[in-house]
Amino acid sequence: MAFLEIVGVRKSFGATVAVENFDLTVERGEFVSFLGPSGCGKTTTLRMVAGFEKPTAGRIVIDSVDVTDMPPNRRNIGMVFQSYALFPNMTVADNIGFGLKIARRPANEIRARVEELLRIIHMPEFGRRYPYQLSGGQQQRVALARALAIQPKLLLLDEPLSALDAKIRASLRQEIREIQRQLGITTIYVTHDQEEAMALSDRIVVMSRGRIEQIGTPFEVYNFPATRFVASFVGTLNLIQATVVDAAIGLLTVEGQPVRVASSLQSHRSGDAVSLAIRPELITLDGQVHREVNRLSGTVEDVTFLGSIVRVQVRFAAHRLHFDLFNNPQLRPPQPGSSITVQFAPEACLVLGEEASPAQSLSASAARAA
Amino acid sequence: MLKRFWPWFWFLVGAVYFLVPLYATFDFSLRARRGELSFAAYANVLNDIRFVESFWFSLQTALATIAISALVIVPTAYWVQLRLPRLRPVIEFFTLLPFVVPAVVLVFSLARTYSRTPLTDSREGLWVLLIGSYVILSFPYMYRAVDTGLRSINIHDLTEAAQSLGAGWFTILARVIFPNVYVALLSGAFITFAIVMGEFTIAALLAQPAFGPYMNRLASSRVYEPSALAIISFALTWAAIAAIQWIGQGSQARVAGPR
Ligand SMILES: Nc1ncnc2c1ncn2[C@@H]1O[C@H](COP(=O)(O)OP(=O)(O)OP(=O)(O)O)[C@@H](O)[C@H]1O
Ligand SMILES: [Mg+2]
Repeated sequence: MAFLEIVGVRKSFGATVAVENFDLTVERGEFVSFLGPSGCGKTTTLRMVAGFEKPTAGRIVIDSVDVTDMPPNRRNIGMVFQSYALFPNMTVADNIGFGLKIARRPANEIRARVEELLRIIHMPEFGRRYPYQLSGGQQQRVALARALAIQPKLLLLDEPLSALDAKIRASLRQEIREIQRQLGITTIYVTHDQEEAMALSDRIVVMSRGRIEQIGTPFEVYNFPATRFVASFVGTLNLIQATVVDAAIGLLTVEGQPVRVASSLQSHRSGDAVSLAIRPELITLDGQVHREVNRLSGTVEDVTFLGSIVRVQVRFAAHRLHFDLFNNPQLRPPQPGSSITVQFAPEACLVLGEEASPAQSLSASAARAA
Repeated sequence: MLKRFWPWFWFLVGAVYFLVPLYATFDFSLRARRGELSFAAYANVLNDIRFVESFWFSLQTALATIAISALVIVPTAYWVQLRLPRLRPVIEFFTLLPFVVPAVVLVFSLARTYSRTPLTDSREGLWVLLIGSYVILSFPYMYRAVDTGLRSINIHDLTEAAQSLGAGWFTILARVIFPNVYVALLSGAFITFAIVMGEFTIAALLAQPAFGPYMNRLASSRVYEPSALAIISFALTWAAIAAIQWIGQGSQARVAGPR
């Protein structure tokens, strides 16, 4: 039996439906992220698990106990907020010990536990400071320790890193994951940053407009997006307009240049306009041919040096395409204005119809990774 | 130069406006003995047992008022901000009522409403009624101070953080909300203190041995002593401000730190 079950949950605020048909099971020790754009209902769902909102319909079961009607202070759930929400009137140690004090644990036990947690978050000598004497990253680590001190059944984090700058975000992200693994605590992490979700999660729940679009491992969600939304929201994607030439053999045309996709297009007919989606990293420069490839010729429009990679923007008549090259000091990157031919495998193409189309894999990267 | 001139000019006008009467009062209070400057009037005031008694009475009344008002207003303001934000304009309107309803009207309505109850037929009962009236008078200052204090912290997230750690409403109020609005509360408490110490109408109508009526009686029966009393109460008021500042300092640093 799953550790956390969210069954048919729905939440509406008056006329607005914030969350609908939400079904999810999470195993003990799993790290699950809710990923989606602003307003898609991530926070609302998390708050229902925490008990701050009551579902309009549906059930929430934690460790075989139906908690749907249980008040938040009885659920034993650790929560970390974007705003840190440390108690400004208490020292770091008192913040961390707060939950244990409420549970009336003996003072020496609290002290020992607080010290242990300060060690875990690598802040052993900060116990006597007040929250305002800490940096944002330190405050959030203390907030994490405070949530963990009560040995909660579940750890919930709502965009805990979005108030921090990029560098700290990346390192704290790693730290959160390490602590989570070390303690084996079941965790739900809300974010609208797909990179964060991929780096951290065992599984990602991609949401849009109050509904689940896809649940899967980062690998699955990235490489086999279930819907058009997932394909475009997760990762960067080139979307170019194409016309179906021969649906049966998967032949399209982009501005007069032929493009083949890996499988036939059952749901389309010849002459249909479709969107062709290609991940930038699956496009390479012409010349490294081993099997059947698609080639497109155009003009280099822009070259952006991003450190380890160089992002090239190519123009084909009305379309733009991005692709990435690894930085190599021995090679001169393409020059803007020069003509260029890029190539990509038929398996790298995902054809998106007008409405959400079922998954057609971007399987080239799967093949490559294997 | 000219840019500096006008601010200083108005500052000096203000200072003169406040300081000259104060100095004049002080000067006058020293002339109780003909032909010399002395503190005789002060000695008379301080040796008067009624001064000490009425001051002590009003001090207790003020502290009781502050305590009750804090216990009523902090949870109210907290709940309104947390759960009933739409009621805020209504509450703010209520807080203005003590400015609109004259003290005489207030005290007569209270006396009428509670007549033939233990509140009006004993001395202790009337004292309770007096404190009740003062709590109403303090409402605008206390509520606004607390409301502002609550806005400066993120009460939603703090409440939810405390709840997720197992805290119930009482614990949240006592351990999280009260300590964090403490400084704001003090500023409201100080105004309340000043009002209660000097209040005359209600205390007189309820026949209470308070400081206000005492000052009034003294003013109509003596010449130099009222001035001495004015200076003394002025000094006490400043002492009270200083005390509140001093008590508040420790927590101020914490609460007002960068967020
Ligand atoms: N208390 C509320 N009253 C009314 N509507 C609400 C309330 N809370 C959330 N909503 C609505 O529910 C929807 C989902 O909001 P939610 O906060 O869950 O989004 P989110 O995915 O967390 O977005 P973000 O990334 O911006 O935090 C939004 O349309 C929002 O306006
Ligand atoms: Mg949110």
